[in-house]
Amino acid sequence: MYVAVKGGERAIDAAHALLAEERRGDTAIAELSVAQIREQLRLAVNRVMAEGSLYDPDLAALAIKQARGDLIEAIFLIRAYRTTLPRFGASRPVDTGKMACLRRISATFKDAPGGQVLGPTFDYTHRLLDFKLMAEGGAETAAEAPEPASVDPAPMPHIAEFLNRDGLIETDAPSDAEPGDLTRNPMQLPADRALRMQALTRGDEGFLLSLAYSTQRGYGRTHAFVGELRIGMVEVEMEIPELGFAVTVGEIELTECETVNQFQGSKTEPPQFTKGYGLVFGQSERKAISLSLVDRALRWQELGEEGQGVPAQDQEFVLMHADNVQATGFLEHIKLPHYVDFQSELELIRKLRAEAQAAPARADSPAEETAE
Amino acid sequence: MSPGDSDSPYNFAYLDEDTKRMIRRAILKGVAVPGYQVPFASREMPMPYGWGTGGVQVTAACLVPEDRLKVIDQGADDTTNAVSIRKFFERTAGIATTETTTEASLIQTRHRIPETPLTEDQILVYQVPIPEPLRFLEPRETETRKMHALEDYGLMHVKLYEDIARHGAIATSYAYPVRVGDRYVMDPSPIPKFDNPKLSDNAALQLFGAGREQRIYALPPYTKVVSLDFEDHPFQATKAEHDCDLCGASDSYLDEVILDDRGGRMFVCSDTDFCTRRRAAGHVGCLGEPA
Repeated sequence: MYVAVKGGERAIDAAHALLAEERRGDTAIAELSVAQIREQLRLAVNRVMAEGSLYDPDLAALAIKQARGDLIEAIFLIRAYRTTLPRFGASRPVDTGKMACLRRISATFKDAPGGQVLGPTFDYTHRLLDFKLMAEGGAETAAEAPEPASVDPAPMPHIAEFLNRDGLIETDAPSDAEPGDLTRNPMQLPADRALRMQALTRGDEGFLLSLAYSTQRGYGRTHAFVGELRIGMVEVEMEIPELGFAVTVGEIELTECETVNQFQGSKTEPPQFTKGYGLVFGQSERKAISLSLVDRALRWQELGEEGQGVPAQDQEFVLMHADNVQATGFLEHIKLPHYVDFQSELELIRKLRAEAQAAPARADSPAEETAE
Repeated sequence: MSPGDSDSPYNFAYLDEDTKRMIRRAILKGVAVPGYQVPFASREMPMPYGWGTGGVQVTAACLVPEDRLKVIDQGADDTTNAVSIRKFFERTAGIATTETTTEASLIQTRHRIPETPLTEDQILVYQVPIPEPLRFLEPRETETRKMHALEDYGLMHVKLYEDIARHGAIATSYAYPVRVGDRYVMDPSPIPKFDNPKLSDNAALQLFGAGREQRIYALPPYTKVVSLDFEDHPFQATKAEHDCDLCGASDSYLDEVILDDRGGRMFVCSDTDFCTRRRAAGHVGCLGEPA
């Protein structure tokens, strides 16, 4: 005698208990603290803050711990928390020209006012496993490192400004227009550049990396040079209505990338360099460079270029598929029960097969058994 | 009820009141233009996209403390996701819940319409994965919105025609497209086409929420809803050609249950509440036992 499957509630509770146990792992091994994750897995924390759209290293570290290191799950935890927070207002635009740079490089000029500052980069390391890190108490590497260069007080103007003096690169018209916010208004297409930037900076690093890579391989080539890449702290200022002026409410770490791209000119514009732009929370170079390439690719219409019909130029394709929380949710939902839909497909296939087999003699239409 | 009565620092039914107002405006617009997909600023919810975030937001915006909520997935109250969503509202809204269709004031559903007819005092909230009925014919939202605006549904008819030319029948068995009030073509969510006739002239308010796609649409009570077809190939609501093996019902949608690895199977009502109450009333199917 068949008994309808019951017990979903008990199964869920038991699964959650098992999940908590698996998360902890072997209890003979010391538990990770949130502070350890925040300090020692900082690039993971940065990614969770950037794609979670919330600058809070402690919460991002907590999310990584809770998600067992699954960064997209951690991003999701942060998003779901962020959406419940009240909004008190908006900051003034941050001034990245006044950034206290930890790293600042240009691939277009050998030297520039402010100099090239390598900072903490993997770029010139040899990718050899460092077994010293595996040994207990292998903390000497920190002692060997030189004193971190005190943040250079010399001003570091944006490198694009040098090109700008000769009119060789496009200028961005200043605007006081309030940028859109896709977390408060549904995205309307076509989206302006500010809204695209918001969608991209929250977007999945891997997706944007691949799109940017595709433009380098010929699917919408933009001939990009890294004009400047800078990482450092900027002050966040807010206008306080009661005071009548802006005060600094905190500091955040940002990565900014500006690419310099060729532009052939159009009927109305002489040839000139154009720009792609990327700005991300924390130290996230790969993401910032990817953003600038994708940003530049998406600007083809406003620059009067010919569309090449490639993915990176297709704003609807890019913007609708960049969000990994949306993508992973929809992808993984197919593991939820679909008994009812499958049952109706089963009936349909049986019916179509029965009809096809009942009429095999029809010469002009051989019995197809294509199941979609 | 004040938020303090239930769990937590969260507001009644999780969403803050400003968000609920935004969603209610979208719902009202949807009711005013039946079948039209209203964009709304969907929020991240504490369950993943694809798990019913649209339905959950619509439910949260509609719930009042006096409500009695029923949640079904595949017609059943005890499937894991239905349990999870019901628990979510028990916890964040502290409202009463039920498994009995007739006792519920609000029913959130995934993939089914209850067999028991609904009343004017009820709201049925559907979870919708892809709200755009034209999406698989035209992937671009900018294009499909234009097609709806111009009432340009030729592409859909061509698709249905091609189905008939190829298979002798329209090869769509769930999420079967409908026309609402002689105007908008609408995706009824992935309900089996067996349920399509229940969409039309229904006494209850039917609301559809798609969270990831940021769309809400609605069927006000007693709206005319027609499943697309051709005169010579009229729409047919189909189901397995059996009676329920537990309650003997011949008019309810059935799940096929595999009993062993030798081809043994049985058919049971997908609507568990409908089946339970029929058995309680003394109906017995050929594999059932008297209640």
